[in-house]
Amino acid sequence: MRVLVAMSGGVDSSVAAALLAGKGHEVVGATMKLWGGASDSGCCSVSDVEDARRVARRLGVEHHVFNFTDEFEAGVVDPYVSAHLAGLTPNPCVECNRHLKFSAFLDRALRLGFDAVATGHHARVGRGRDGQARLLRGMDAAKDQSYVLSCLTARQLDRVLLPVGETTKAEVRRLAAAWALPTAHKADSQEVCFVAGPRGAGSRRRFLEGRAELHAGRVLDVATGEQLGSVPAVELVTVGQRRGLGVAAGGRRFAVEVDVAAGVVLVGRETDLAASGVALSERTWVGEPLAEGSAVLAQASAHGRPFAAVLGAGGLEFLEARRKVAPGQVVALYVGDEVVGSGIASRAAA
Amino acid sequence: MSDRAVNLDHAATTPLRPEALEAMLPFLRDGVGNPSGSHALARAARRALDEARESLADTLGAAPGDVVFTSGGTEADNLALAGPVRAAEAAGIDRPIVVGTAVEHPAVRETVAALGGWAAPVRRDGVVDLGALERLVVDAGERLVVVSVMLVNNETGVIEPVRDVVALVREAARSDALVHSDAVQGFVWCDVRRDAAGADLLSLSAHKFGGPQGMGALAVLAGARKRLRPLLNGGPQEGELRAGTENVAGAVGMAVAARLTHEERAEARRRADELGDRLVAGLCALGGIEPAVGRARRIGAICNVRVREVAAEELLLLLDRLGVYASAGSACASGALEPSPVLSAMGVERSASREHVRFSLGYESTAADVDRALAAVSEALGRLRGTTGCAAGRAAPAP
Repeated sequence: MRVLVAMSGGVDSSVAAALLAGKGHEVVGATMKLWGGASDSGCCSVSDVEDARRVARRLGVEHHVFNFTDEFEAGVVDPYVSAHLAGLTPNPCVECNRHLKFSAFLDRALRLGFDAVATGHHARVGRGRDGQARLLRGMDAAKDQSYVLSCLTARQLDRVLLPVGETTKAEVRRLAAAWALPTAHKADSQEVCFVAGPRGAGSRRRFLEGRAELHAGRVLDVATGEQLGSVPAVELVTVGQRRGLGVAAGGRRFAVEVDVAAGVVLVGRETDLAASGVALSERTWVGEPLAEGSAVLAQASAHGRPFAAVLGAGGLEFLEARRKVAPGQVVALYVGDEVVGSGIASRAAA
Repeated sequence: MSDRAVNLDHAATTPLRPEALEAMLPFLRDGVGNPSGSHALARAARRALDEARESLADTLGAAPGDVVFTSGGTEADNLALAGPVRAAEAAGIDRPIVVGTAVEHPAVRETVAALGGWAAPVRRDGVVDLGALERLVVDAGERLVVVSVMLVNNETGVIEPVRDVVALVREAARSDALVHSDAVQGFVWCDVRRDAAGADLLSLSAHKFGGPQGMGALAVLAGARKRLRPLLNGGPQEGELRAGTENVAGAVGMAVAARLTHEERAEARRRADELGDRLVAGLCALGGIEPAVGRARRIGAICNVRVREVAAEELLLLLDRLGVYASAGSACASGALEPSPVLSAMGVERSASREHVRFSLGYESTAADVDRALAAVSEALGRLRGTTGCAAGRAAPAP
């Protein structure tokens, strides 16, 4: 098969390329330049491209660089900013997979005559009895990345290979070292790759300040309405957040609701976060949609614990009350180890 | 398709001329002295360097002392702009000003920017707006030290009116500003004695005309030498304008390639114009392809075309696979293609500039090369325009 491997310059996609080349596939590597100029930090930096190029040279495969900065800006960065400005939780990794890796990149690969694309995601593509492609959790439960791929469809997955999903991260590292790949000991990538600086609210705030006006917010007690503190940027507060709310009082306080327009963050105790369901918008299905009333497992963050739910008309009913899903967050739906679909948590009641 | 690859990327670099290689080989193979020394080996190196300098000067219609060898076109451009600024500062001029155009090669554009200089806009056809340039020249007043306008644009092939710029500067400048022309592409196709007549400084790059890579020269004409200061600290080589042991083999190869290019230019230009026109006509006949600029404003050898609805990155990759080498835009540090600032300066939208591809011919290009390139483009377009993606795009409707 002719396979175009998306090589980020990290260890997983390096090993993915090596595994496919080792199986005799005709492999070509390509690194997507998604962000910025000649910056040497963050995602797709010059040094990452160099790493990918070195790996490709080591494997004896061709390597190209694709400029997808405009697509990334439109499909990932703009929605990230808009989500924050609307007080919603953004999902840049999911959107990158939706709009870049398995859309712009995959379409380009097909136009160029490749049979499939491959990435270094820890998830598996299987086949149903009908021959349809299915998406399964990766073998390494701790590193499973099926959540960020949950918006894909069988039609896309049909042309996708995820070789490292069949193995563990430890094995990936072991293989990379055994094959002397230059990326064998490289650290794993950050969550939001285009936000420069150390992980945390400070870097996110600096990034957003460059693109939009941020507003200070009042932090009010959800029960009494009393002002307990303030935050420098209400746009940066996520439902469920505990730190950085400027609340001096003792006791565990969580952001329960964020109203950007009003400049208000409501805080309360963990019990105030309890919800019995979640409304979902922008729903996707890998294959055939599940019927209403179907039992599913839902997962609301990349490495969150799955919880049981029943599919309703507008979203999910939880089997047991649990912490509210932050509006904007992607919810992946599973049956067993198989991803069946996804949706985005909305503010509306389920 | 034939097995032999078709190179239509001569504006990027050109194959070394066999005569240049022959002339260089003794210095690479048999050892070469340091021209600054005094013994026989050193004197032999000095002699070869002097002869190369005289030969190149003769080709340019300059005096031997006018030729400053550099490591390439980029260094020549840097010296041509920063050299006079340093000299002016040393002479007590407060914040000297350099003026370039918006379509210069990065070697000039970035140097002008780094020196805090100004860039004159160009018209939609890529030719410098002389009215706007004149206003900048006047505004710069006595602080103006260099005006830099390229002879032939590397991305579009547009010929800039260097002689008009010379006249404009002599007329309008309130200082005795120098005129520099980046003739890195221009020298290949134009007689700089005629088309850049009156310019004080000319940049050349050997590998654009069949000489070795890593070799260039700045012609510092008509007494402009005393108006420059060197950029590198070190020895007194190149008339104290460029420190460092000279690249003897490179200078020898460059001089040979320059002389051949000059002697064969009229015939080579006529053939390349013809082949370029054949290429553009053939491309346009494929449909959805149009030239970036009209033929009247450009040389025929550099053909920049827009291929509608096709990403240049994809077309180039398929052409590469079919054995046809072309290029597009400018590459960033990672090797990715960036939207071209040259096209942007001409008013081309960012999204459209991603559909521009450049084919550039050389003296050794043939009609068969052009025809094979046309066949390859046709085949590539068949695939790129005929395949629909399978990605779903936005979310599927809710059940």
